[in-house]
Amino acid sequence: MSASPTLAPAALGSFTPEVFAAHLASVSHLPAWWLDRKRAAYEKFASLPLPKRTDESWRFATLTGLKLDGYVLPAAVTAAQLGHSPIGIAKAGKLVLANNRLVAQEPISAELAGRGVIFETLQNALLKHGDLVKAHLLAQPAKQGSEKFSALHTALLNDGAFIYLPRGVELAEPLAVFHYAHGAAAAVFPHTLVIAEGNSRATVVDFFRSADDGAHFACGQNDLYAAHGAQLTYTAAQTWSRETLSFQSNSIVARRDARVQSFNLHLGGRQSRHESHSELQAPGAHSEMLALTVAHGSQEFDQRTLQIHQAPHTSSNLLYKNALLDQSKTIFSGLIVVDPDAQKTDAYQSNRNLMLSDDAEANSLPGLEIQANDVRCTHGATSSRIDPEQEFYLQARGIRKDDAGELLTFGFFEEVLSKLASEPLHDAFRDLIKTKFKK
Amino acid sequence: MSSLEIKDLHVSIGEKQIVKGLTLTVRSGEVHAIMGPNGTGKSTLAKAVAGHPSFTITSGDVLLDGRSILAMQPDERARAGLFLAFQYPSEIPGVSIANFLRAAVQARMGEGEELDATGYYKRLYSKMDLLKIDRKFTSRAINDGFSGGEKKRCEILQMAMLEPKFALMDETDSGLDIDALRIVADGVNALRSTNLGVLMITHYQRLLGYIVPDHVHVMWDGRIVKSGDKSLALELEAKGYDWVKKELVRA
Ligand SMILES: Nc1ncnc2c1ncn2[C@@H]1O[C@H](COP(=O)(O)OP(=O)(O)OP(=O)(O)O)[C@@H](O)[C@H]1O
Ligand SMILES: [Mg+2]
Repeated sequence: MSASPTLAPAALGSFTPEVFAAHLASVSHLPAWWLDRKRAAYEKFASLPLPKRTDESWRFATLTGLKLDGYVLPAAVTAAQLGHSPIGIAKAGKLVLANNRLVAQEPISAELAGRGVIFETLQNALLKHGDLVKAHLLAQPAKQGSEKFSALHTALLNDGAFIYLPRGVELAEPLAVFHYAHGAAAAVFPHTLVIAEGNSRATVVDFFRSADDGAHFACGQNDLYAAHGAQLTYTAAQTWSRETLSFQSNSIVARRDARVQSFNLHLGGRQSRHESHSELQAPGAHSEMLALTVAHGSQEFDQRTLQIHQAPHTSSNLLYKNALLDQSKTIFSGLIVVDPDAQKTDAYQSNRNLMLSDDAEANSLPGLEIQANDVRCTHGATSSRIDPEQEFYLQARGIRKDDAGELLTFGFFEEVLSKLASEPLHDAFRDLIKTKFKK
Repeated sequence: MSSLEIKDLHVSIGEKQIVKGLTLTVRSGEVHAIMGPNGTGKSTLAKAVAGHPSFTITSGDVLLDGRSILAMQPDERARAGLFLAFQYPSEIPGVSIANFLRAAVQARMGEGEELDATGYYKRLYSKMDLLKIDRKFTSRAINDGFSGGEKKRCEILQMAMLEPKFALMDETDSGLDIDALRIVADGVNALRSTNLGVLMITHYQRLLGYIVPDHVHVMWDGRIVKSGDKSLALELEAKGYDWVKKELVRA
């Protein structure tokens, strides 16, 4: 195996054939189909160029920031080295992964396990529940420009979280997965795979964290599959270090009458690309896509979304809000696609930006691609500043200008935050957002 | 004894001169009423004193306890003891009354001092009970969807929580029903007895029946053109502003 000779070495960066071969050797105990997929994925990664100026799907992105060199596949760390700090919410179970390996866990109760719930590492699932994993792992290929990074993820994905909810099972408390990068130049490939069978109900929370302020590389993906009537809530809080380059791809499949709510909180990283696509495959399927971003310093957050309506009577509702401080930059590009026979589709897409600085830059590219004639689709993008009258009102009560800005940002976010049904998660997310305003 | 002195104040919005040389001193425990026709600059005066950035003070001064506050930011003026009850309070969706007031109380505490949450809520609820505001309002967004009277009561709740030295009350009485007017007046009178000084802008004699002013001033075209005691308000009510206008022309 070798990289295409026409490609510049920059297109591989640190992820050379030797690095891949060593990784592959370390997972040789996993099923052959998976190893084959990884080999094919590495070939694809190596053959694809880095994003170019002319790529529409990378419009506005700072391409010079996407360098792949200088990273290492990091050594294992212990829980003690990691210094994992809990978030203080009741959980049905917890997995802590660091540097692509499991370091700690709180298993689900024997009662839940007895009812068929599975919550364990992806490697274990590959060995024990191979067919289930095969049907859903990375089943939706990247569609929004990150094909190269998605291939790299598949090639180097070492371990992640696997969640299986059998038919009709409801979890009262969330399942939490922590994905850490630890040590200088660590490259991590987080993955969470969730299979929610018919009428099951659960909340899953991913936490993406850096254990130190190293320049990390994160290339993650998650697969959410909601079968007939399942109700799945997925939330993620990204707090990578300020020097981290991250790519995250979020795939949602909703079957008949399934309801999926995804909520991504973006706070960390130097440059973070997030792609999210929802496929509404059968009548009654619904996807609510929510995101909040606080960008400061020179951070760049690039979010690309797809709402694909493949069946009649499906609905989707997207609301992404960004608050921009300092010289930060955000990009939102969203597309609603309605297939020809997806009549009675009801789709909504909205991106709202709150400009807290004159030097920040928010780019919005909302879009529609509708092939059915009896649908309701609305989309919109707005950018606004702090209302000076509201700011004065708060200041007139003795609240300092910066604190007034923070309060008004929370006011702006509340429309999204209030959609989180879990009060403890709501509070945990508020606390995380607050850390962005500490001087 | 505190004082708020407004000295020959000139205020403009852009090129337009609105307040044209106004002088007035309010001392602790005093209530001054300002009356005057629409558009005469009453709200402009109040907001300029509170530090609204849209208004330019072209000359004159405002002194709190002898020290000029003109170089201070609006939040500093508030923490120094000024309170503006707005004629048209802002609606702020998404920010709850509880969080907002907590931030305002916290802003008055020293570095590293922690707010005692239990004590805070106890105080908040007791003030709300006094003003007959439903406790459910704490979780509602600031003035968002409030009726006119609810907004005004909420202004007084804030004043009661923040305990200013001087309050600029801009038409707090408009929009209040009779019961609410009495409740608000009782609240102001209670604060007055603890030495609050009040500059009260109003169009109605009715309020002055409940909060008896020490002085009544008539403002006209950016200036105080007539001052007197509470009987001046009654006279105005009976004769209307044309009477003042005629006097002005004669002068
Ligand atoms: N932001 C502004 N831009 C331009 N003109 C303004 C602005 N604010 C106030 N004005 C003008 O300044 C003048 C004084 O307004 P102000 O609100 O101070 O009057 P007021 O005495 O409080 O009237 P009212 O009794 O109706 O409340 C008015 O002519 C008004 O139109
Ligand atoms: Mg006015």
